[in-house]
Amino acid sequence: MNEQRQVITNRVAFLEQKIPGYAAALGIAGLVVLWEIVCRMNIVPPLFLPAPSAILTAAWDMLVNGELIENLLASMYRIGAGYAIGAICGIAIGLILGFSRWADAILTPIVYSIYPIPKIALLPLIILWFGIGEMPKVAIIALGVFFPVVINTYSGVKTVDPILIKAAVTFGSNHLNVIRKVILPGALPMIFAGLKLAAGTSLLLLVSAEMIAAQQGIGSMVLHYGNLMITTKLMVGVLFLSLLGLIFNRTLQWLERKLIPWK
Amino acid sequence: MRIVIEDVGKTFLDSKKREVTALTNINFSIEEQEFVVLVGPSGCGKSTLLNIVGGLMSPSSGTVYFEGTQGKKPKLGIVFQEIALFPWRTVYENVIYGLEESGASKQEQQEKGKHYIDMVGLQGFEGAYPKQLSGGMRQRAGIARALAVEPDLLLMDEPFSALDAQTRTLMQEELLTIWDRTRLSTLYVTHNIQEAVYLADRVIVLSRHPGQIKEIIRIDLPKIGRDKEEYRSHFEQYADQIWQLIKHDAQEALKEG
Repeated sequence: MNEQRQVITNRVAFLEQKIPGYAAALGIAGLVVLWEIVCRMNIVPPLFLPAPSAILTAAWDMLVNGELIENLLASMYRIGAGYAIGAICGIAIGLILGFSRWADAILTPIVYSIYPIPKIALLPLIILWFGIGEMPKVAIIALGVFFPVVINTYSGVKTVDPILIKAAVTFGSNHLNVIRKVILPGALPMIFAGLKLAAGTSLLLLVSAEMIAAQQGIGSMVLHYGNLMITTKLMVGVLFLSLLGLIFNRTLQWLERKLIPWK
Repeated sequence: MRIVIEDVGKTFLDSKKREVTALTNINFSIEEQEFVVLVGPSGCGKSTLLNIVGGLMSPSSGTVYFEGTQGKKPKLGIVFQEIALFPWRTVYENVIYGLEESGASKQEQQEKGKHYIDMVGLQGFEGAYPKQLSGGMRQRAGIARALAVEPDLLLMDEPFSALDAQTRTLMQEELLTIWDRTRLSTLYVTHNIQEAVYLADRVIVLSRHPGQIKEIIRIDLPKIGRDKEEYRSHFEQYADQIWQLIKHDAQEALKEG
Protein backbone atom coordinates (compact mmCIF):
# COMPACT_ATOMS: atom_id res chain seq x y z
CA MET A 1 0.00 0.00 0.00
CA ASN A 2 1.13 3.47 -0.74
CA GLU A 3 2.31 5.08 2.44
CA GLN A 4 0.64 8.43 2.64
CA ARG A 5 1.10 10.84 5.45
CA GLN A 6 -1.15 13.58 6.59
CA VAL A 7 0.68 15.78 9.09
CA ILE A 8 -1.64 17.48 11.51
CA THR A 9 -0.79 21.13 11.97
CA ASN A 10 -2.05 23.65 14.45
CA ARG A 11 -5.04 25.24 12.79
CA VAL A 12 -5.47 27.90 15.44
CA ALA A 13 -1.91 29.21 15.24
CA PHE A 14 -3.31 32.65 14.32
CA LEU A 15 -4.57 32.94 17.88
CA GLU A 16 -1.05 32.97 19.28
CA GLN A 17 0.73 34.79 16.48
CA LYS A 18 3.69 36.86 17.68
CA ILE A 19 3.65 40.52 16.65
CA PRO A 20 6.98 42.38 16.64
CA GLY A 21 7.30 45.42 18.93
CA TYR A 22 7.73 47.94 16.12
CA ALA A 23 4.23 47.21 14.78
CA ALA A 24 2.70 49.77 17.14
CA ALA A 25 5.02 52.54 15.91
CA LEU A 26 4.32 51.55 12.33
CA GLY A 27 0.72 52.73 12.37
CA ILE A 28 1.49 56.14 13.83
CA ALA A 29 4.49 56.68 11.55
CA GLY A 30 2.37 55.74 8.53
CA LEU A 31 -0.33 58.23 9.49
CA VAL A 32 2.18 61.07 10.01
CA VAL A 33 3.88 60.36 6.67
CA LEU A 34 0.53 60.31 4.89
CA TRP A 35 -0.44 63.56 6.59
CA GLU A 36 2.84 65.21 5.55
CA ILE A 37 2.39 64.09 1.95
CA VAL A 38 -1.16 65.45 1.82
CA CYS A 39 0.11 68.82 3.09
CA ARG A 40 3.16 68.94 0.82
CA MET A 41 1.02 68.28 -2.20
CA ASN A 42 -1.17 71.23 -1.20
CA ILE A 43 -4.31 69.13 -1.26
CA VAL A 44 -5.48 70.93 1.87
CA PRO A 45 -4.50 74.56 2.59
CA PRO A 46 -2.07 74.85 5.55
CA LEU A 47 -4.54 77.02 7.45
CA PHE A 48 -6.98 74.11 7.72
CA LEU A 49 -4.41 71.39 8.24
CA PRO A 50 -0.82 72.37 9.04
CA ALA A 51 1.87 69.85 8.12
CA PRO A 52 3.44 67.74 10.89
CA SER A 53 6.84 69.23 10.09
CA ALA A 54 5.47 72.76 10.49
CA ILE A 55 3.85 71.81 13.79
CA LEU A 56 7.11 70.38 15.08
CA THR A 57 9.04 73.49 14.06
CA ALA A 58 6.48 75.70 15.78
CA ALA A 59 6.65 73.48 18.85
CA TRP A 60 10.42 73.86 18.97
CA ASP A 61 10.15 77.65 18.75
CA MET A 62 7.51 77.80 21.46
CA LEU A 63 9.61 75.49 23.62
CA VAL A 64 12.68 77.72 23.22
CA ASN A 65 10.88 80.99 23.94
CA GLY A 66 9.33 79.46 27.06
CA GLU A 67 5.72 79.97 26.04
CA LEU A 68 4.95 76.27 25.91
CA ILE A 69 6.61 75.44 29.23
CA GLU A 70 4.72 78.19 30.98
CA ASN A 71 1.35 77.04 29.70
CA LEU A 72 2.17 73.39 30.20
CA LEU A 73 3.20 73.94 33.82
CA ALA A 74 0.01 75.88 34.53
CA SER A 75 -2.09 73.06 33.08
CA MET A 76 -0.14 70.32 34.80
CA TYR A 77 -0.45 72.01 38.14
CA ARG A 78 -4.23 72.25 37.76
CA ILE A 79 -4.76 68.73 36.54
CA GLY A 80 -2.28 67.27 39.04
CA ALA A 81 -3.83 68.99 42.04
CA GLY A 82 -7.41 68.46 40.89
CA TYR A 83 -6.85 64.80 40.03
CA ALA A 84 -5.07 64.05 43.31
CA ILE A 85 -7.76 65.70 45.43
CA GLY A 86 -10.58 64.06 43.48
CA ALA A 87 -8.98 60.62 43.50
CA ILE A 88 -8.08 60.60 47.19
CA CYS A 89 -11.52 61.85 48.28
CA GLY A 90 -13.18 59.46 45.83
CA ILE A 91 -11.34 56.40 47.13
CA ALA A 92 -11.86 57.35 50.77
CA ILE A 93 -15.57 58.08 50.42
CA GLY A 94 -16.07 55.05 48.15
CA LEU A 95 -14.55 52.77 50.79
CA ILE A 96 -16.77 54.26 53.48
CA LEU A 97 -19.90 53.96 51.33
CA GLY A 98 -19.07 50.35 50.55
CA PHE A 99 -18.26 49.38 54.11
CA SER A 100 -20.85 51.21 56.21
CA ARG A 101 -24.46 50.32 55.60
CA TRP A 102 -25.60 53.59 57.13
CA ALA A 103 -23.34 55.73 54.95
CA ASP A 104 -24.47 53.68 51.97
CA ALA A 105 -28.16 54.21 52.67
CA ILE A 106 -27.84 57.94 53.33
CA LEU A 107 -25.13 59.10 50.93
CA THR A 108 -25.32 56.84 47.88
CA PRO A 109 -28.55 58.41 46.55
CA ILE A 110 -26.87 61.82 46.77
CA VAL A 111 -23.81 60.60 44.89
CA TYR A 112 -25.91 59.06 42.16
CA SER A 113 -28.04 62.17 41.73
CA ILE A 114 -25.04 64.49 41.33
CA TYR A 115 -23.06 62.04 39.16
CA PRO A 116 -24.92 62.64 35.85
CA ILE A 117 -24.52 66.44 35.95
CA PRO A 118 -21.92 67.52 33.37
CA LYS A 119 -19.51 69.11 35.80
CA ILE A 120 -18.54 71.93 33.46
CA ALA A 121 -22.06 73.30 33.92
CA LEU A 122 -21.11 74.04 37.50
CA LEU A 123 -18.09 76.15 36.56
CA PRO A 124 -19.85 79.54 36.67
CA LEU A 125 -21.17 78.72 40.11
CA ILE A 126 -17.78 77.53 41.29
CA ILE A 127 -16.12 80.66 39.97
CA LEU A 128 -18.65 82.60 42.00
CA TRP A 129 -17.68 80.63 45.08
CA PHE A 130 -13.92 80.54 44.71
CA GLY A 131 -13.12 83.64 42.65
CA ILE A 132 -11.16 83.65 39.42
CA GLY A 133 -7.84 82.23 40.63
CA GLU A 134 -6.61 78.64 40.35
CA MET A 135 -9.14 77.28 42.83
CA PRO A 136 -12.19 76.96 40.54
CA LYS A 137 -10.21 75.06 37.89
CA VAL A 138 -8.72 72.68 40.42
CA ALA A 139 -12.12 72.28 42.05
CA ILE A 140 -13.95 71.47 38.82
CA ILE A 141 -11.34 68.84 37.90
CA ALA A 142 -11.46 67.38 41.40
CA LEU A 143 -15.23 67.20 41.14
CA GLY A 144 -15.09 65.52 37.74
CA VAL A 145 -12.57 62.95 39.00
CA PHE A 146 -14.34 62.34 42.29
CA PHE A 147 -17.50 60.80 40.88
CA PRO A 148 -16.18 58.03 38.61
CA VAL A 149 -13.66 57.11 41.31
CA VAL A 150 -16.20 57.04 44.12
CA ILE A 151 -18.65 54.94 42.13
CA ASN A 152 -16.01 52.47 40.98
CA THR A 153 -14.52 52.19 44.45
CA TYR A 154 -17.97 51.57 45.86
CA SER A 155 -18.69 48.79 43.37
CA GLY A 156 -15.19 47.41 43.96
CA VAL A 157 -15.89 47.12 47.67
CA LYS A 158 -19.17 45.38 46.95
CA THR A 159 -17.42 42.78 44.81
CA VAL A 160 -14.94 41.79 47.52
CA ASP A 161 -15.64 38.15 48.36
CA PRO A 162 -17.33 38.07 51.80
CA ILE A 163 -15.42 34.88 52.63
CA LEU A 164 -12.18 36.91 52.62
CA ILE A 165 -13.67 39.37 55.11
CA LYS A 166 -14.77 36.42 57.24
CA ALA A 167 -11.27 34.96 57.01
CA ALA A 168 -9.70 38.26 58.09
CA VAL A 169 -12.06 38.62 61.05
CA THR A 170 -11.41 35.02 62.06
CA PHE A 171 -7.69 35.71 62.16
CA GLY A 172 -8.20 38.68 64.42
CA SER A 173 -8.65 41.74 62.19
CA ASN A 174 -10.54 44.73 63.54
CA HIS A 175 -12.72 46.88 61.28
CA LEU A 176 -9.95 49.27 60.32
CA ASN A 177 -7.66 46.42 59.32
CA VAL A 178 -10.45 44.71 57.39
CA ILE A 179 -10.77 47.89 55.32
CA ARG A 180 -7.02 48.42 55.01
CA LYS A 181 -5.89 44.86 54.39
CA VAL A 182 -8.86 43.20 52.68
CA ILE A 183 -11.36 45.65 51.25
CA LEU A 184 -8.87 48.15 49.85
CA PRO A 185 -6.70 45.61 48.00
CA GLY A 186 -9.80 43.67 46.97
CA ALA A 187 -11.34 46.79 45.45
CA LEU A 188 -8.10 47.96 43.87
CA PRO A 189 -8.71 46.56 40.37
CA MET A 190 -12.05 48.38 40.23
CA ILE A 191 -10.53 51.53 41.72
CA PHE A 192 -8.01 51.57 38.91
CA ALA A 193 -10.78 51.22 36.35
CA GLY A 194 -12.30 54.35 37.90
CA LEU A 195 -8.97 56.18 37.95
CA LYS A 196 -8.45 55.50 34.24
CA LEU A 197 -11.95 56.65 33.41
CA ALA A 198 -11.35 59.79 35.47
CA ALA A 199 -8.10 60.54 33.63
CA GLY A 200 -10.03 61.20 30.44
CA THR A 201 -12.64 63.26 32.27
CA SER A 202 -9.99 65.36 33.99
CA LEU A 203 -8.29 66.24 30.69
CA LEU A 204 -11.63 67.22 29.19
CA LEU A 205 -12.49 69.44 32.15
CA LEU A 206 -9.02 70.97 32.20
CA VAL A 207 -9.27 72.16 28.62
CA SER A 208 -12.89 73.32 28.93
CA ALA A 209 -12.21 75.24 32.12
CA GLU A 210 -9.10 76.86 30.68
CA MET A 211 -10.96 77.87 27.55
CA ILE A 212 -13.70 79.49 29.61
CA ALA A 213 -11.73 81.10 32.36
CA ALA A 214 -7.94 81.22 32.22
CA GLN A 215 -5.11 83.41 30.95
CA GLN A 216 -2.64 80.53 30.91
CA GLY A 217 -2.71 76.84 30.21
CA ILE A 218 -2.84 74.66 27.13
CA GLY A 219 -6.60 75.11 26.82
CA SER A 220 -6.46 78.90 26.74
CA MET A 221 -3.46 78.73 24.41
CA VAL A 222 -5.37 76.58 21.94
CA LEU A 223 -8.35 78.95 22.04
CA HIS A 224 -6.09 81.99 21.71
CA TYR A 225 -4.36 80.73 18.55
CA GLY A 226 -7.67 79.50 17.21
CA ASN A 227 -9.04 83.04 17.45
CA LEU A 228 -5.91 84.35 15.72
CA MET A 229 -6.24 81.62 13.06
CA ILE A 230 -2.66 80.49 13.73
CA THR A 231 -3.50 76.82 13.36
CA THR A 232 0.10 75.60 13.50
CA LYS A 233 0.46 76.82 17.06
CA LEU A 234 -3.05 75.61 17.84
CA MET A 235 -1.98 72.14 16.73
CA VAL A 236 1.07 72.32 19.00
CA GLY A 237 -1.35 72.68 21.89
CA VAL A 238 -3.40 69.74 20.65
CA LEU A 239 -0.24 67.66 20.22
CA PHE A 240 0.81 68.34 23.79
CA LEU A 241 -2.66 67.50 25.08
CA SER A 242 -2.39 64.17 23.33
CA LEU A 243 1.04 63.61 24.87
CA LEU A 244 -0.28 64.63 28.28
CA GLY A 245 -3.10 62.12 28.00
CA LEU A 246 -0.73 59.40 26.82
CA ILE A 247 1.71 59.94 29.66
CA PHE A 248 -1.17 60.06 32.11
CA ASN A 249 -2.47 56.69 30.92
CA ARG A 250 0.95 55.07 30.87
CA THR A 251 1.67 56.25 34.40
CA LEU A 252 -1.59 54.75 35.61
CA GLN A 253 -0.86 51.49 33.82
CA TRP A 254 2.59 51.33 35.37
CA LEU A 255 1.15 52.07 38.80
CA GLU A 256 -1.50 49.40 38.33
CA ARG A 257 1.09 46.76 37.51
CA LYS A 258 3.13 47.81 40.54
CA LEU A 259 0.19 47.77 42.94
CA ILE A 260 -1.66 44.71 41.62
CA PRO A 261 1.05 42.10 41.08
CA TRP A 262 -1.22 39.23 42.10
CA LYS A 263 -3.53 39.48 39.10
CA MET B 1 -9.52 23.84 77.18
CA ARG B 2 -12.76 22.30 76.01
CA ILE B 3 -15.41 23.72 73.77
CA VAL B 4 -19.04 23.30 74.69
CA ILE B 5 -21.91 23.62 72.24
CA GLU B 6 -25.01 23.96 74.37
CA ASP B 7 -28.62 23.82 73.15
CA VAL B 8 -27.69 25.52 69.92
CA GLY B 9 -30.50 26.16 67.45
CA LYS B 10 -30.74 28.25 64.33
CA THR B 11 -33.77 29.40 62.42
CA PHE B 12 -33.84 31.29 59.14
CA LEU B 13 -36.52 33.13 57.26
CA ASP B 14 -36.83 31.70 53.78
CA SER B 15 -37.68 33.71 50.67
CA LYS B 16 -41.39 33.48 51.48
CA LYS B 17 -40.75 34.76 55.01
CA ARG B 18 -41.50 31.39 56.53
CA GLU B 19 -39.44 30.27 59.46
CA VAL B 20 -37.15 27.36 58.69
CA THR B 21 -35.38 25.46 61.44
CA ALA B 22 -31.85 24.73 60.26
CA LEU B 23 -30.53 23.44 63.55
CA THR B 24 -32.16 22.43 66.77
CA ASN B 25 -31.10 21.07 70.11
CA ILE B 26 -27.41 20.69 69.33
CA ASN B 27 -25.41 19.60 72.37
CA PHE B 28 -21.89 18.28 72.35
CA SER B 29 -18.40 19.21 73.42
CA ILE B 30 -14.96 18.98 71.95
CA GLU B 31 -12.36 17.82 74.43
CA GLU B 32 -8.78 18.98 74.43
CA GLN B 33 -6.83 17.36 71.58
CA GLU B 34 -9.96 15.75 70.24
CA PHE B 35 -10.75 15.48 66.55
CA VAL B 36 -14.52 15.70 66.05
CA VAL B 37 -16.07 15.29 62.64
CA LEU B 38 -19.53 16.52 61.74
CA VAL B 39 -21.05 14.46 58.98
CA GLY B 40 -24.44 14.61 57.38
CA PRO B 41 -26.33 14.88 54.11
CA SER B 42 -26.43 18.15 52.25
CA GLY B 43 -28.75 20.64 53.88
CA CYS B 44 -28.36 19.27 57.40
CA GLY B 45 -26.87 22.52 58.62
CA LYS B 46 -23.36 21.25 59.30
CA SER B 47 -21.72 24.30 57.75
CA THR B 48 -24.14 26.53 59.63
CA LEU B 49 -23.09 24.86 62.84
CA LEU B 50 -19.42 25.31 62.03
CA ASN B 51 -20.02 28.98 61.26
CA ILE B 52 -21.73 29.42 64.62
CA VAL B 53 -18.85 27.75 66.45
CA GLY B 54 -16.42 29.91 64.45
CA GLY B 55 -18.19 33.12 65.45
CA LEU B 56 -19.24 33.92 61.90
CA MET B 57 -22.95 33.56 62.58
CA SER B 58 -25.06 34.01 65.70
CA PRO B 59 -27.20 31.13 66.91
CA SER B 60 -30.93 31.74 67.35
CA SER B 61 -30.74 29.96 70.67
CA GLY B 62 -28.14 28.38 72.90
CA THR B 63 -24.47 29.21 73.34
CA VAL B 64 -21.02 28.09 72.35
CA TYR B 65 -18.27 28.59 74.87
CA PHE B 66 -14.74 27.64 75.83
CA GLU B 67 -14.29 26.09 79.25
CA GLY B 68 -11.13 26.34 81.31
CA THR B 69 -9.62 29.29 79.50
CA GLN B 70 -7.76 30.49 82.64
CA GLY B 71 -8.29 34.08 81.59
CA LYS B 72 -6.72 33.56 78.21
CA LYS B 73 -8.59 34.67 75.11
CA PRO B 74 -9.15 31.55 73.04
CA LYS B 75 -7.89 31.64 69.47
CA LEU B 76 -9.62 30.13 66.47
CA GLY B 77 -8.17 28.95 63.22
CA ILE B 78 -10.48 28.29 60.32
CA VAL B 79 -9.78 26.45 57.09
CA PHE B 80 -12.45 27.37 54.58
CA GLN B 81 -13.95 25.21 51.89
CA GLU B 82 -13.36 28.11 49.47
CA ILE B 83 -9.80 28.33 50.85
CA ALA B 84 -10.14 32.12 51.08
CA LEU B 85 -6.50 33.03 50.78
CA PHE B 86 -5.99 36.73 50.16
CA PRO B 87 -5.15 36.94 46.45
CA TRP B 88 -2.95 40.02 46.99
CA ARG B 89 -0.77 38.32 49.57
CA THR B 90 1.97 35.81 48.86
CA VAL B 91 1.90 32.41 50.54
CA TYR B 92 4.16 33.68 53.31
CA GLU B 93 2.11 36.85 53.83
CA ASN B 94 -1.07 34.80 53.95
CA VAL B 95 0.35 32.36 56.48
CA ILE B 96 1.49 35.10 58.86
CA TYR B 97 -1.76 37.08 58.57
CA GLY B 98 -3.12 36.00 61.93
CA LEU B 99 0.25 36.57 63.61
CA GLU B 100 0.38 40.05 62.14
CA GLU B 101 -3.08 40.82 63.49
CA SER B 102 -2.24 39.50 66.95
CA GLY B 103 0.73 41.86 67.07
CA ALA B 104 3.47 39.22 66.99
CA SER B 105 7.00 40.53 66.42
CA LYS B 106 8.51 40.35 62.94
CA GLN B 107 10.92 37.73 64.19
CA GLU B 108 8.14 35.56 65.63
CA GLN B 109 6.22 35.93 62.37
CA GLN B 110 9.23 34.75 60.44
CA GLU B 111 9.95 31.79 62.69
CA LYS B 112 6.38 30.54 62.86
CA GLY B 113 5.74 31.33 59.23
CA LYS B 114 8.68 29.22 58.17
CA HIS B 115 7.82 26.45 60.62
CA TYR B 116 4.27 26.01 59.37
CA ILE B 117 5.11 26.50 55.72
CA ASP B 118 7.64 23.68 56.12
CA MET B 119 5.08 21.58 57.95
CA VAL B 120 2.58 21.69 55.09
CA GLY B 121 5.36 21.19 52.56
CA LEU B 122 5.25 24.55 50.83
CA GLN B 123 8.91 25.48 51.23
CA GLY B 124 10.09 27.22 48.08
CA PHE B 125 6.65 28.74 47.40
CA GLU B 126 6.75 31.46 50.06
CA GLY B 127 6.82 34.22 47.47
CA ALA B 128 4.13 32.80 45.17
CA TYR B 129 0.68 34.32 44.90
CA PRO B 130 -2.31 31.99 45.42
CA LYS B 131 -3.23 32.27 41.76
CA GLN B 132 0.07 30.64 40.85
CA LEU B 133 -0.61 27.55 42.97
CA SER B 134 -2.62 24.38 42.33
CA GLY B 135 -5.75 23.69 44.35
CA GLY B 136 -3.97 21.28 46.69
CA MET B 137 -1.15 23.70 47.34
CA ARG B 138 -3.57 26.53 48.01
CA GLN B 139 -5.33 24.49 50.62
CA ARG B 140 -1.98 23.65 52.21
CA ALA B 141 -1.38 27.36 52.51
CA GLY B 142 -4.87 27.74 53.98
CA ILE B 143 -4.06 25.07 56.56
CA ALA B 144 -0.70 26.68 57.38
CA ARG B 145 -2.44 30.02 57.90
CA ALA B 146 -4.85 28.43 60.37
CA LEU B 147 -2.10 26.51 62.18
CA ALA B 148 0.21 29.52 62.42
CA VAL B 149 -1.98 31.26 64.99
CA GLU B 150 -1.66 28.09 67.11
CA PRO B 151 -5.40 28.04 67.71
CA ASP B 152 -7.19 26.54 70.67
CA LEU B 153 -9.75 25.21 68.24
CA LEU B 154 -9.17 24.39 64.60
CA LEU B 155 -12.25 24.52 62.40
CA MET B 156 -12.25 22.91 58.99
CA ASP B 157 -15.20 23.30 56.63
CA GLU B 158 -14.99 20.61 53.95
CA PRO B 159 -11.44 21.72 53.27
CA PHE B 160 -10.73 19.13 50.60
CA SER B 161 -14.06 18.99 48.81
CA ALA B 162 -12.88 21.22 45.97
CA LEU B 163 -9.86 18.98 45.31
CA ASP B 164 -9.65 16.05 42.95
CA ALA B 165 -9.94 12.58 44.47
CA GLN B 166 -6.23 11.73 44.36
CA THR B 167 -5.10 15.01 45.85
CA ARG B 168 -7.78 14.65 48.47
CA THR B 169 -6.52 11.22 49.61
CA LEU B 170 -2.99 12.56 49.91
CA MET B 171 -4.14 15.65 51.76
CA GLN B 172 -6.11 13.52 54.24
CA GLU B 173 -2.96 11.57 55.04
CA GLU B 174 -0.97 14.75 55.40
CA LEU B 175 -3.60 16.30 57.60
CA LEU B 176 -3.37 13.33 59.97
CA THR B 177 0.40 13.65 60.14
CA ILE B 178 0.12 17.36 60.83
CA TRP B 179 -2.58 16.81 63.40
CA ASP B 180 -0.44 14.20 65.09
CA ARG B 181 2.33 16.77 65.48
CA THR B 182 0.13 19.64 66.68
CA ARG B 183 -2.66 17.77 68.52
CA LEU B 184 -5.11 20.62 68.10
CA SER B 185 -8.72 20.32 69.15
CA THR B 186 -10.46 20.14 65.82
CA LEU B 187 -13.97 20.39 64.47
CA TYR B 188 -14.12 19.09 60.93
CA VAL B 189 -17.12 19.21 58.62
CA THR B 190 -17.52 16.81 55.72
CA HIS B 191 -20.14 14.94 53.77
CA ASN B 192 -17.62 12.21 52.99
CA ILE B 193 -18.14 9.23 55.29
CA GLN B 194 -14.80 7.55 54.51
CA GLU B 195 -13.06 10.80 55.34
CA ALA B 196 -14.98 11.05 58.60
CA VAL B 197 -14.01 7.53 59.73
CA TYR B 198 -10.44 8.03 58.59
CA LEU B 199 -9.90 11.23 60.59
CA ALA B 200 -12.23 11.30 63.57
CA ASP B 201 -12.00 10.46 67.23
CA ARG B 202 -15.74 10.99 67.31
CA VAL B 203 -18.16 11.31 64.45
CA ILE B 204 -21.29 13.38 65.00
CA VAL B 205 -24.00 12.35 62.57
CA LEU B 206 -26.53 15.03 61.76
CA SER B 207 -29.94 14.53 60.22
CA ARG B 208 -31.94 17.07 58.32
CA HIS B 209 -35.32 18.84 58.66
CA PRO B 210 -34.52 19.96 61.20
CA GLY B 211 -30.77 19.56 61.55
CA GLN B 212 -30.14 17.70 64.75
CA ILE B 213 -27.75 15.17 66.16
CA LYS B 214 -28.77 11.68 65.18
CA GLU B 215 -25.93 9.84 66.79
CA ILE B 216 -22.45 10.33 68.14
CA ILE B 217 -20.08 7.51 67.23
CA ARG B 218 -16.69 7.02 68.83
CA ILE B 219 -14.20 5.54 66.40
CA ASP B 220 -12.17 3.02 68.38
CA LEU B 221 -9.33 2.57 65.97
CA PRO B 222 -5.75 3.79 66.31
CA LYS B 223 -5.52 7.32 65.04
CA ILE B 224 -2.72 6.69 62.58
CA GLY B 225 -2.88 3.99 59.93
CA ARG B 226 -6.59 3.24 59.81
CA ASP B 227 -6.25 2.41 56.16
CA LYS B 228 -4.14 -0.65 57.01
CA GLU B 229 -5.44 -4.07 56.02
CA GLU B 230 -5.94 -5.26 59.62
CA TYR B 231 -8.50 -2.53 60.34
CA ARG B 232 -10.34 -2.80 57.08
CA SER B 233 -13.38 -4.66 58.35
CA HIS B 234 -13.75 -2.36 61.36
CA PHE B 235 -13.37 0.62 59.12
CA GLU B 236 -16.06 -0.65 56.79
CA GLN B 237 -18.37 -1.37 59.71
CA TYR B 238 -18.13 2.19 60.94
CA ALA B 239 -18.61 3.57 57.48
CA ASP B 240 -21.63 1.37 56.90
CA GLN B 241 -23.13 2.26 60.27
CA ILE B 242 -22.88 5.95 59.42
CA TRP B 243 -24.20 5.43 55.92
CA GLN B 244 -27.27 3.61 57.26
CA LEU B 245 -27.94 6.59 59.51
CA ILE B 246 -27.61 9.09 56.69
CA LYS B 247 -28.96 7.14 53.74
CA HIS B 248 -32.62 7.97 54.14
CA ASP B 249 -31.94 11.68 54.61
CA ALA B 250 -29.55 11.73 51.69
CA GLN B 251 -32.18 10.21 49.45
CA GLU B 252 -34.69 12.79 50.58
CA ALA B 253 -32.16 15.54 49.89
CA LEU B 254 -31.64 14.18 46.41
CA LYS B 255 -35.37 14.32 45.66
CA GLU B 256 -35.53 17.95 46.71
CA GLY B 257 -32.63 18.71 44.43
